[in-house]
Amino acid sequence: MNFDRIKEKLAILADAAKYDVSCASSGSKRKNSSKGLGDSSGMGICHSYTEDGRCVSLLKILLTNHCIFDCAYCVTRRSNDVKRAAFKIQEVVDLTIHFYRRNYIEGLFLSSGIFKNADYTMERLVQVAKKLRLEENFNGYIHLKSIPGASDELMREAGLYADRLSVNIEIPTKEGLKLLAPEKNREDFLKPMKKVQNEITLYKEERKLLKSVPKFAPAGQSTQMIIGASGESDAQIMYTSAYFYKKFQMKRVYYSGYVPISMDPRLPSLGSQVPMLRENRLYQADWLLRFYGFEVTELLSPEHPNLDADVDPKLGWALRNLDQFPIDVNVADARMLARIPGVGMKSVQKILKARRFRKLNWDHLKAIGIARNRAQYFLICDSRDFLKRDLTSAQIRGLISKGSQSKFRGLYGPQLSLFESSAIATT
Amino acid sequence: MGAPQLIIYDGSFEGFLSAVFHTYEHRLAEVDIQPAIRAQATFFGTTTRVETNVGHAGRVWHGITKKVEAAGAHILYRTFLSERAGVENLLLDRIRDIFAVGNKNSGNFSDATVLEIAKINKMVGREKHRMEAFVRFKLTKDGIYFAVIEPDFNVLPLIAEHFRSRYADQKWLIYDTKRGIGLYYDLDTMSEITMRLSGAALRPSAESTVYTSEELEYQQLWSTYFESTNIASRRNMKLHKRHIPQRYWKYLSEKSLQLKK
Repeated sequence: MNFDRIKEKLAILADAAKYDVSCASSGSKRKNSSKGLGDSSGMGICHSYTEDGRCVSLLKILLTNHCIFDCAYCVTRRSNDVKRAAFKIQEVVDLTIHFYRRNYIEGLFLSSGIFKNADYTMERLVQVAKKLRLEENFNGYIHLKSIPGASDELMREAGLYADRLSVNIEIPTKEGLKLLAPEKNREDFLKPMKKVQNEITLYKEERKLLKSVPKFAPAGQSTQMIIGASGESDAQIMYTSAYFYKKFQMKRVYYSGYVPISMDPRLPSLGSQVPMLRENRLYQADWLLRFYGFEVTELLSPEHPNLDADVDPKLGWALRNLDQFPIDVNVADARMLARIPGVGMKSVQKILKARRFRKLNWDHLKAIGIARNRAQYFLICDSRDFLKRDLTSAQIRGLISKGSQSKFRGLYGPQLSLFESSAIATT
Repeated sequence: MGAPQLIIYDGSFEGFLSAVFHTYEHRLAEVDIQPAIRAQATFFGTTTRVETNVGHAGRVWHGITKKVEAAGAHILYRTFLSERAGVENLLLDRIRDIFAVGNKNSGNFSDATVLEIAKINKMVGREKHRMEAFVRFKLTKDGIYFAVIEPDFNVLPLIAEHFRSRYADQKWLIYDTKRGIGLYYDLDTMSEITMRLSGAALRPSAESTVYTSEELEYQQLWSTYFESTNIASRRNMKLHKRHIPQRYWKYLSEKSLQLKK
């Protein structure tokens, strides 16, 4: 192996792949049954963390950053003047195996720029996975990108070797896509998703009848959207996510705050901030959809097209729906308990269990771990000191943010606190 | 009642269970169980040295597993591996309760002993998971993937199964430098070995004689990857250090190579 050349390629192709935020390595059920290498039947493991605080769990690289497309938001776009490189198939296989044997990684996340055409590219990605599974007897985690426009036959083969497949939708709206990636067609993104979804269902059904039917992409599909590149609203993003979760049973939708990489006038300029707060709020909303039983229409609507910056989406919802509160934690059902701000799903389960033995008061709730600063305005329990005043949502909002410390405070700082104090003074 | 009787055991889990057996055998109410390396003799009360007796230990363990389910018993073992001062007495408290009333209190977190054990168990679990993540193997000239760890708690027995199922087709050795024990897998069986590696063998200057010529190349490749996959405009060192506490850095090649630069 020519280590110097490999090092150079690795630097280029890891750098180009880093904007893909998915790093999940869990959810697969591939056991090491034949005394081979690797096992991905347990939980995912983050083997390291980069200085931006993100987990490093997979070797995340592009096969090549040569690309025939010219999407404005992408570093590897055709017109961008960057160093180009391409790995040979065997080089990726060797890197993965040598890294895995040293316990650096959980597996491989392989994506690619599109060279020649979709099928040509996809075929190479599949070959890497196939070699790892069949020649190296590798049972670690493999995440492959589905290349938009690849043939059904290739997608089927990919699913047999990979644990997870993903297509990044990148731009949430049709109009945005037209503006920033005029050569691409939204349908091309959806087609492979549909194909994979169908195959997953099909293989699952067959496995019920015959145990020896191989698993198809056991860790499911995921996708990613870039936030803040095309002037889209939070509602447009979350409605798209909700559609993916419902329609394609996506395991995850990832949100990636746009990191300015281009002078293109269609995009935020080079010096602008990465929208980290917004990204954070979108993930919170995403969790509400997946685990807390919220409908996307409750969180975002034409009247509220964007999530609040200063409060989390659940608190925002509660403040708009004060008529549903206060909730009595000793009688309410799980669905309503999950809607109390400051009460997470773990606390909901603990409350349900604990209240079988005794009525819960503030001491119990505190021990269970709920955030009283937020929760106190929205619940009653077996204590006398609950809030008896009728407060308006503006007052509650002010009181809560006075009692809380947010790492994002600087981002929505002074105007807001002015607003809060005046709101309290006038009421 | 006088001062508690001091019971000294050899530090092993079987030794501890033998000590528990001893307290029942002699109907001792007030005891203070300590491992030999930490034992503090007192002026008052008596001191007894309990020899490890596999038969006795087995009987106590069997008694526990009859009363609580396997997961509950495993929690006691994990808590023991924390090696925290006083953990033996905490566990004795819990074991007495198990023998008295069975599994009844296992989820009762208003009980101070149960709560404390749950907390320690969580800490041990976190350390176990960290070791599964932070072990960095280096390939030696005789074909063994070798890693050095220095965990806060004695988690080596807990990570054994994970590494065996994962690296079934390579020889490996994980060495706990703090406790002088290692776990060796020879493609067939896994065994615990006791050894003292001299400081010289672990020093960087010994690297080229111990490891294959390609080993450093792979470490550098890994380190290259680690730096290239970072997004500089999102740098967040506070979060970074929370995820990888600094005390682990010297065993992580991607961090230690960075430090040398």
